[in-house]
Amino acid sequence: MLQLQFFLLVAAILFCIGIYGLIVSRNAIRVLMSIELMLNAVNLNFIAFSNFLDSGMIRGQVFSVFVITVAAAEAAVGLAIVLGIYRNRATIDMESFNLLKW
Amino acid sequence: MTLGEGVQLVTFVVLSLMAIGFALGVVWAPSIVYSGFLLGGVFLSMAGLYLLLNADFVAAAQVLIYVGAVNVLILFAIMLVNRRYNFAPLKLGWLRNGVTAVVCLGLFALLAAMAFDTPWELQPIQPLSSVLVMGGHFFSDYLLPFELASVLLLMALIGAIVLARREFAAPQAGEGDLSLLERARPQFESATETEAELVSTR
Repeated sequence: MLQLQFFLLVAAILFCIGIYGLIVSRNAIRVLMSIELMLNAVNLNFIAFSNFLDSGMIRGQVFSVFVITVAAAEAAVGLAIVLGIYRNRATIDMESFNLLKW
Repeated sequence: MTLGEGVQLVTFVVLSLMAIGFALGVVWAPSIVYSGFLLGGVFLSMAGLYLLLNADFVAAAQVLIYVGAVNVLILFAIMLVNRRYNFAPLKLGWLRNGVTAVVCLGLFALLAAMAFDTPWELQPIQPLSSVLVMGGHFFSDYLLPFELASVLLLMALIGAIVLARREFAAPQAGEGDLSLLERARPQFESATETEAELVSTR
């Protein structure tokens, strides 16, 4: 029998992998991919809650659709920023981006 | 969902193992191209998990938007940026990786303990058509976020175009009309700091 806890556990694993990749990765595109992993983990939590706790009015699924929308917008703008930085600095190493350092 | 419980459990185990393995591959794959394709695998197995949770519309949207749009966009960006680049090893880089791994394991332990300790108020699962209910939500009590999402998508579209647009070079004498399309950028084999600043197209 599937339990709510199983899905929460998988989502927690995915979220932690996303955080690890977000901090450790040197490649800027891999950082964006890690952010997508974290957003997917949050979506899995939303949908698990909406199935097990709120299956009459599936509000969690509505919120997961909004999260998907924001993730699509974030991916477009983030990749455009990466392309702009790559064109100006000729690198995608996260350690060499010091544009905002004062 | 009318599958038997054993089938549900086996499907859940297979899909979650696929998702976790592909996610580890996204973070650890030696080539960024492999990570891009493994990310598509993560998205597909997440769509399968959504189907197990009676969320058929979100599963379809996941396949269409994530696999069809976001993943393809990431692969295009990888193709545009994928120059062979040797990252200089960081001083104390192993320490940062170790501390991050420890912090992530601690966060995972915290989240798992929270998931198993909290007394959830479980309700009996009602099978219903999720599309009709979600449409009702979108056009009644979540109408304002729905409209804001469309405005946000329009802003992101215009912003991404403005950010990623190539700057046109001035037409140079002696070259054809094609020189208007794209200005050749100088390529450096080893991008040091000063050379990287020379590359600036402004």
